[in-house]
Amino acid sequence: MTDVKHGMTGVVGRPDAPTRRHGGSINGLRPQPGAAFLGMPVFPDAAKIALGDEQLRRNLGHATATIRTKRLKAVEEMPDWQDMRLAAAAIKDNTLARLDTYLEQFEAAATQAGAVVHWAVDADDACRIGIEIAQQHQAKDVIKVKSMATQEIELNEALEAVGINAWETDLAELIVQLGGDTPSHFLVPAIHRNRSEIRDIFLSRMGDVGRAAPADLTNEPRRLAEAARLHLREKFMATKVAFSGANFAIADTGTLSVVESEGNGRMCLTLPDVLVSVVGIEKLLPTFTDLEVFLQVLPRSSTAERMNPYTTMWTGVSPGDGPQEVHIILVDNGRTRALADEVGRQALRCIRCSACLNVCPVYERVGGHAYGSVYPGPIGAILNPLLHGVTDPHDAALPFASSLCGACYEACPVAIDIPTVLIEQRAAAVHEKGKHAIPTAESLAMKAAAWTFGDAKRLARAQRAAGLGRGVAKRVSWLPGMLGGWTDSRTMPPVPKQSFRRWWSQTRPPGKDDR
Amino acid sequence: MSSREKVLSAVRSAIAGAATTEVNRSYDTSLALDRPQLIELLAERIDDYRAEVRRVDRAHLARTIGSVLAEHGATSVVVPGDLDSEWLTTVTCKVIPDDPPLAHRALDQVSAVITGSAVSVALTGTIVLDASPGQGRRAVTLIPDLHVCVVEADTVVGTVPEALQRLDPRRPQTWISGPSATSDIELDRVEGVHGPRTLVVLIVQ
Repeated sequence: MTDVKHGMTGVVGRPDAPTRRHGGSINGLRPQPGAAFLGMPVFPDAAKIALGDEQLRRNLGHATATIRTKRLKAVEEMPDWQDMRLAAAAIKDNTLARLDTYLEQFEAAATQAGAVVHWAVDADDACRIGIEIAQQHQAKDVIKVKSMATQEIELNEALEAVGINAWETDLAELIVQLGGDTPSHFLVPAIHRNRSEIRDIFLSRMGDVGRAAPADLTNEPRRLAEAARLHLREKFMATKVAFSGANFAIADTGTLSVVESEGNGRMCLTLPDVLVSVVGIEKLLPTFTDLEVFLQVLPRSSTAERMNPYTTMWTGVSPGDGPQEVHIILVDNGRTRALADEVGRQALRCIRCSACLNVCPVYERVGGHAYGSVYPGPIGAILNPLLHGVTDPHDAALPFASSLCGACYEACPVAIDIPTVLIEQRAAAVHEKGKHAIPTAESLAMKAAAWTFGDAKRLARAQRAAGLGRGVAKRVSWLPGMLGGWTDSRTMPPVPKQSFRRWWSQTRPPGKDDR
Repeated sequence: MSSREKVLSAVRSAIAGAATTEVNRSYDTSLALDRPQLIELLAERIDDYRAEVRRVDRAHLARTIGSVLAEHGATSVVVPGDLDSEWLTTVTCKVIPDDPPLAHRALDQVSAVITGSAVSVALTGTIVLDASPGQGRRAVTLIPDLHVCVVEADTVVGTVPEALQRLDPRRPQTWISGPSATSDIELDRVEGVHGPRTLVVLIVQ
């Protein structure tokens, strides 16, 4: 089975792999698992490829429009929504401001309840701990609940590298894993796939890695879900070690919580002998009571439901109920870097609801893969540069992947002011670039503009020159050379017959100023 | 320096001088509804999740449990060892007490499970099980395909904050809002992926 699984990682572009109907250009965007996101084009290039994929745009447009409407309804039902939103933001800010205290408190409470708490400075550290635990139990297979943190640290790839198969159990993650690509949305990771593509993936891949899909499988969602149920049940029964993330970690009680829909979370959190939860240090909440806000704002913001079907809470080990060996890996991996940024710190309030993705006009058009990170969309555009810095061109490009329309801020249930952080990160990216780069077209243009605008005579001359050019072409469709970047994606506005300054001097000759 | 010390010291230097603020908890913590209205709302909200919900008099509870199992064609039912035996008097299929605990594969062969519940939230249509008497361990309410869950009227509260007040964080909890569901395929809601595909809630008045 290991061979098959490893073969699967190379599925992109393989002749037997499900192919996309429209050109397949988006496949060029999908990094292979394992090589996750390395070698991806930077956002502007990736966005251009994604925009050319009609199927992707249709799938995304339908999905984001549907969930936007649903979310508005779920939020409008709560007259105290803004109160909850502000309380949620304040609780998270206070937690971050005293994070050392709450982490120690959590560690003590969870340990007291029978859990083993580990600490990891980075992804390698966290994966090493997870692998050691799996190896202590001679695990050849582990099952997983969908978790952003384990994707971020690339745990599946690390486990596979030492010969342990990591099986995703969330339906969408299963689609993504079997299809040999990467998630494109926090909540609906296969949002880029339609039902026919999913049927094709199930039919061609399931049998290679376990119970095959029924041969008469249709593209009806109910039948597809049934196929996943049967395929995964065997894995739930047989696997002894599970990995999860956590939505919330409660400092005063040592409780962890996983919020889900399908029941695959309950399966992984309940049936195996050993449970390993990978938890970002920003997941802390001071008290059990604080859940009263977050268990209300999360489901309405993410799946747009009053409440998600299943939430599991566990505190260490419960004798005779669930895993009898419980591990928790507390992961930094850049979070303290973000925490040190006084403006950007608020990004750590994020509860991964994905509301900002669904309302973002940029995300709706390009999808999650173009961001080249496990954290796509508006939150990804600030979180990635905050976690990693802006020295890498991918991270440095992300703060510019926004029109600053502010819809993300409005939708955010923990009131993260994403536009403000974007602007701050843009400044950081420009500053970083300025430290070593040859002058860019943009910086040269800005210097030229400053010189021209700095003197009234120079400005008047420049405007006359532009007005003359108008005789040649009424509407300029492209600009040559270094200004070409602008007209690649925009139409140049027509140059007016006369400048405002000239019009003013004609309409209001000197001395006739009637102010 | 251990990873623990590295993380904690990085946290400390990152937050040096960070101030805390007052948390304004002006959101609603209760509903202005009386008990019959709360129960009405709970029933309506559970129904919205496409779960089956029935309001029954205590005198008719056992009869209802028997007929629900029969209607769904259950051939066997697992019950927590300490479940009220009065509830089972009309059950005609095979009753298997989870005492000693059944293996997971054995649970996978059982059609149904009957349990009580700890607290329910009317506003969100949520039922919470916390492994206290009559509720069983978590695996029992997870593996069988039909869950018949009894909700006592006096355990119904209006809001999530009220429910948390009544719960002990040291107990393992499962919050259930309708049957297992997914919207992963083009955001079409489909009931029943891994948990019980059918949830029947009996509210006892």
